[in-house]
Amino acid sequence: MAAGTVVGVRVPDRGLRRDLRAVRVVLHRELIRYGRDRTRMISGLSQPILWLLVLGTGLSSLVSRSGPGVNLRTFMFPGVLVMSVMFTALFSAASIVWDREFGFLREMMVAPVGRTAILLGKCLGGAVVATLQGAFILILAGLAGVPYSPPLMATLLVEMFLTALMLTAFGLAIAARIKNMQAFMGVMQMAAMPMMFLSGALFPLANLPGWLTVLTRVNPLTYAVDPMRHAVFQRIAVAPPLRATLSPGVTWGGWRVPVPLELGAVMALTLGFLALAILQFRRAD
Amino acid sequence: MTSAADGAAGPTGGPPRNGPAVAVRGLVKRYGALVAVDGVDFEVRPGETFGFLGPNGAGKSTTINILCTLTRPTSGVATVAGHDVVRDRDEVRRNIGVVFQDPTLDGYLSAEQNLRFHAELYGVPRAVTADRLRQVLELVNLWDRRADLVGRFSGGMKRRLEIARGLLHSPRVLFLDEPTVGLDPQTRSAIWRYITQLKQTEDITIFLTTHYMEEAEYCDRIAIIDSGRIVVLDTPQALKASVGADRVQIATADDRAAMAALADRFGIAAAVHDGAVTLSVPSGREFIPRLFAELGVPIRSVSVSRPSLDDVFMSYTGSTIRDADEVSGSEWIRRMARR
Repeated sequence: MAAGTVVGVRVPDRGLRRDLRAVRVVLHRELIRYGRDRTRMISGLSQPILWLLVLGTGLSSLVSRSGPGVNLRTFMFPGVLVMSVMFTALFSAASIVWDREFGFLREMMVAPVGRTAILLGKCLGGAVVATLQGAFILILAGLAGVPYSPPLMATLLVEMFLTALMLTAFGLAIAARIKNMQAFMGVMQMAAMPMMFLSGALFPLANLPGWLTVLTRVNPLTYAVDPMRHAVFQRIAVAPPLRATLSPGVTWGGWRVPVPLELGAVMALTLGFLALAILQFRRAD
Repeated sequence: MTSAADGAAGPTGGPPRNGPAVAVRGLVKRYGALVAVDGVDFEVRPGETFGFLGPNGAGKSTTINILCTLTRPTSGVATVAGHDVVRDRDEVRRNIGVVFQDPTLDGYLSAEQNLRFHAELYGVPRAVTADRLRQVLELVNLWDRRADLVGRFSGGMKRRLEIARGLLHSPRVLFLDEPTVGLDPQTRSAIWRYITQLKQTEDITIFLTTHYMEEAEYCDRIAIIDSGRIVVLDTPQALKASVGADRVQIATADDRAAMAALADRFGIAAAVHDGAVTLSVPSGREFIPRLFAELGVPIRSVSVSRPSLDDVFMSYTGSTIRDADEVSGSEWIRRMARR
């Protein structure tokens, strides 16, 4: 060895600062891995673009005949943002199952840090990655007739991040005790598709049959899609009746739920899912 | 938080450093009807290299997992660096480094990124991280490869990197669970060179498991464990001495006459093994001159072998370790133990 003296290291006592460092490094690792994985980046973009450009354009030929107004792509844009955030967030949550399968989880479990810190790092990391992925879609706003207004972009970014947090926490709650990737992917497929179809991402949530109304109202994702659509429709010129049709908002027994409350619900659900994930994770420990 | 420049600086608080590094009393771990660890007692002295030797499924990994706080014992008490592995898990975790049997590195990160992750997770003071990182990487000869992705490393390099990572936070006890399993002989001896070297630079106790007899020779003391119990615990030398006899094999012109002469003149019962007259004596070195002088049958060749740990294992468990490895179900037990 070149160096004569051994550098002694003192592992400091547990404390908030130590745990925060752990949260940050777990988050950092998620970002490094995302940055290294170009395929994931590109494959994550292809699906939303397909929805937006192909389906959005195709269906708008059907709609435009019924009257002048808004491009269907504009209507779908917030939905597509949420979709791209959702798939990335759920996939990020899967990383904990990967870590378990490939052994890296043990490196974290044997370290003197709280399980909460590890999960928080995972959750934040997944949410940041999902928001980044959504931001790439945001670049396509012009193609959907959505103006590049800075306040709108900022609002959408914040709302995407909140959505991403909720979905990563949801994914982690499921992943915390699942031991292999196939099982996780199966469960995710089962959860993701209904969540998307019942969220208002693809059609307005007004004038639906009763059973469908109920299902859409208990879907957490509903409260993530509506604020984003609301933000978009506030920024474009559109006749009030058409706005009422395309962005009807979410109602609880006739009462329109205000956007702040919707976002509050998203945050509350995030905490709930996170608590569940931590509980599961601790029990598995 | 300052760093100490010498290795003598122990972690904060805790019991004095001269207590046992690991102390285990009446440790039991059951998985349903299966008893993986069946009432184990031992102590590891600070600074020693202590080996757990036994076939697959003997309970080695389960014991390590308990000592590393990843598995809770069914009953019994275990302390590591003076801290209880159930009650003071956090304190134990701060004081140990672990190299698991299966790799636990992130292949998508570089060697350095893997170590930095570890340093941050353990809260290694930033002021010393860079120096310490270089030191442990140089110790295992991976400093030049620090920027390479771990996914491209060979099995031996990964193991070396894991040893470096286990040392990064200057633990008091380093656990090595089968550190050389699955590696080729050359790489295995290289790993042992690094382990021997790190003993010289680090103030550390090493607890390792192995089912390679020859590796147990590197230990100060070994415990032979079989079916969840410690069969015997001592230094390799003492264990070999306890088996006693040296083995002498001679090739003669007339084996039958030689055997008769051995019985007559020396009172030794010999038998033919591998085509040679084989006998056991307390000290082969002293016996050979007498043999030549008094046997009366021409001797063509002679060989003397000291007892090996294989003989030790055989005499205490009644089977060779390789036979024991093939006992059915051991793989299943190991998988259970890893959960």
